[in-house]
Amino acid sequence: MTAPFPTHKQEEWRYADLDALKPVWEQFAEPVTLTVGAGESLEEIWLPAADDVQLRRVQLALGARAKARIFALNAAPVYGRIELEVSLEEGAEFELFAANIGTGLSTNEIVTNVKHLGVGGRSRQTIRSVLNGKAVGSYLGKVEVARGAQQTDAEQSVKGMLLDRGATANCKPELEIFADDVKCAHGATVGELDAMQLFYAESRGLDPASARALLLQGFVMGLWDCAKDAAAIREAAGDALRRVV
Amino acid sequence: MLEIANLHATVADKPILNGVSLSVPAGEVHAIMGPNGSGKSTLAYVLAGRPGYEVTEGAVTFTTTRHPRESGDPAEQEKLGSRLRGNDEIDLLQLDPHERAAAGLFLGFQYPVEIPGVSYLQFLRESLNSQRRARGQAELSGGEFIKLAREQAKLLGMDAEMLKRPVNVGFSGGEKKRAEMVQMGILSPRFAVLDETDSGLDIDALKAVGEGINRIMRAPDKGVLLITHYQRLLDYVEPDRVHVLQAGQIERSGGPELARELEREGYAEAAA
Repeated sequence: MTAPFPTHKQEEWRYADLDALKPVWEQFAEPVTLTVGAGESLEEIWLPAADDVQLRRVQLALGARAKARIFALNAAPVYGRIELEVSLEEGAEFELFAANIGTGLSTNEIVTNVKHLGVGGRSRQTIRSVLNGKAVGSYLGKVEVARGAQQTDAEQSVKGMLLDRGATANCKPELEIFADDVKCAHGATVGELDAMQLFYAESRGLDPASARALLLQGFVMGLWDCAKDAAAIREAAGDALRRVV
Repeated sequence: MLEIANLHATVADKPILNGVSLSVPAGEVHAIMGPNGSGKSTLAYVLAGRPGYEVTEGAVTFTTTRHPRESGDPAEQEKLGSRLRGNDEIDLLQLDPHERAAAGLFLGFQYPVEIPGVSYLQFLRESLNSQRRARGQAELSGGEFIKLAREQAKLLGMDAEMLKRPVNVGFSGGEKKRAEMVQMGILSPRFAVLDETDSGLDIDALKAVGEGINRIMRAPDKGVLLITHYQRLLDYVEPDRVHVLQAGQIERSGGPELARELEREGYAEAAA
């Protein structure tokens, strides 16, 4: 049986483009499950596809001391959604480096629910959004720390860059903590390109469009620095940035 | 080479420059000194074209002697557009900041800007090649550029590895200023406006920067406007003329001895 179609009343679907989702829902209704066994590690790079509507719904289970590192680029022309539900057993580590790059009327969102179930788990989520036109880019990130999951260390860093007045960035870190010895940091900023950085670059000879492109590259490309093979995602992010500048 | 005539400028509607007139011939280094708030940095920003620095009156003419873009090929000239053509006098204030850079103007920033995520190598290579494209010159290849960058870093006593780091991120104040001079060496401008390049430098760095300015900019077809508070940089870079800027105007001009007099007596005394 297909899962019921979501509504905007559900917090995790609040900013979704449900009209775009409707025709393809059946295809994505059931999330994909990935399991990383105790002590094992996983690194994945998720590149955007060519489709107008792209969803990735993944449940990721990390055993004790397992490590997972995900690099994801969300840049769908109409609606893109990366949804990750992660559970961490004792000492597990989860890292997400993801970007929403949106242009025109597109909606791209990254929705995570990271559940720290065991002691000493560590999670790092770094999200960057670059949006122009009337594009929407969202990050809804929930971190749950279960009773007894002491010494959890969770961090969320979310930054959005709006290139036009009509663009929207939604950043919503959410914490639910049932342990008393944990570290959960979160930071979110939304801004425009820094005028002084632009002037500095232009004073060195870069024309305004190239200066903007360079600054945006700097804003996004740092995400892929620790990927084992970043070439493909670098190139895809470069293409996506060229479309928004 | 650089003619500033009766320049008035405002920042956020507040008048800062009130009729600056100044002429720097090719081959000369002129120093501008003056108390805090006299308009020195504003003058530097106005020359480089920083947005928000409004010129309300006056003119700045930039004449580059035998400009490299002057290939003599009419088709080539046509491509460059009238504002950027060869040996003519350039109305500097008509150009955008990047066009001023391509015309050969360099601003050494008092507070060099940090750009996270962009390496110095990439930043300078794109800057230089963008200038070269605007001038109708061939771009430098990756290899050629790295060689040039290493050479210039070495001449300024900067570890070339630092050029792999993001622009100015994590650099000390002195390292940033040294890096500005490395940039100047790589971009090799015709005219440099150096805004308090000496501030924040220790004695060794001051010497290196002073020598850098002489090496890169002391040439018959180049010019420098050196903005400084102190005599110490002028011990290394001997100015041909010294101007005192006060309340947005040049109050006094003189030879190198004027800088020493100011150092001894202070601005208030010297202006009296």
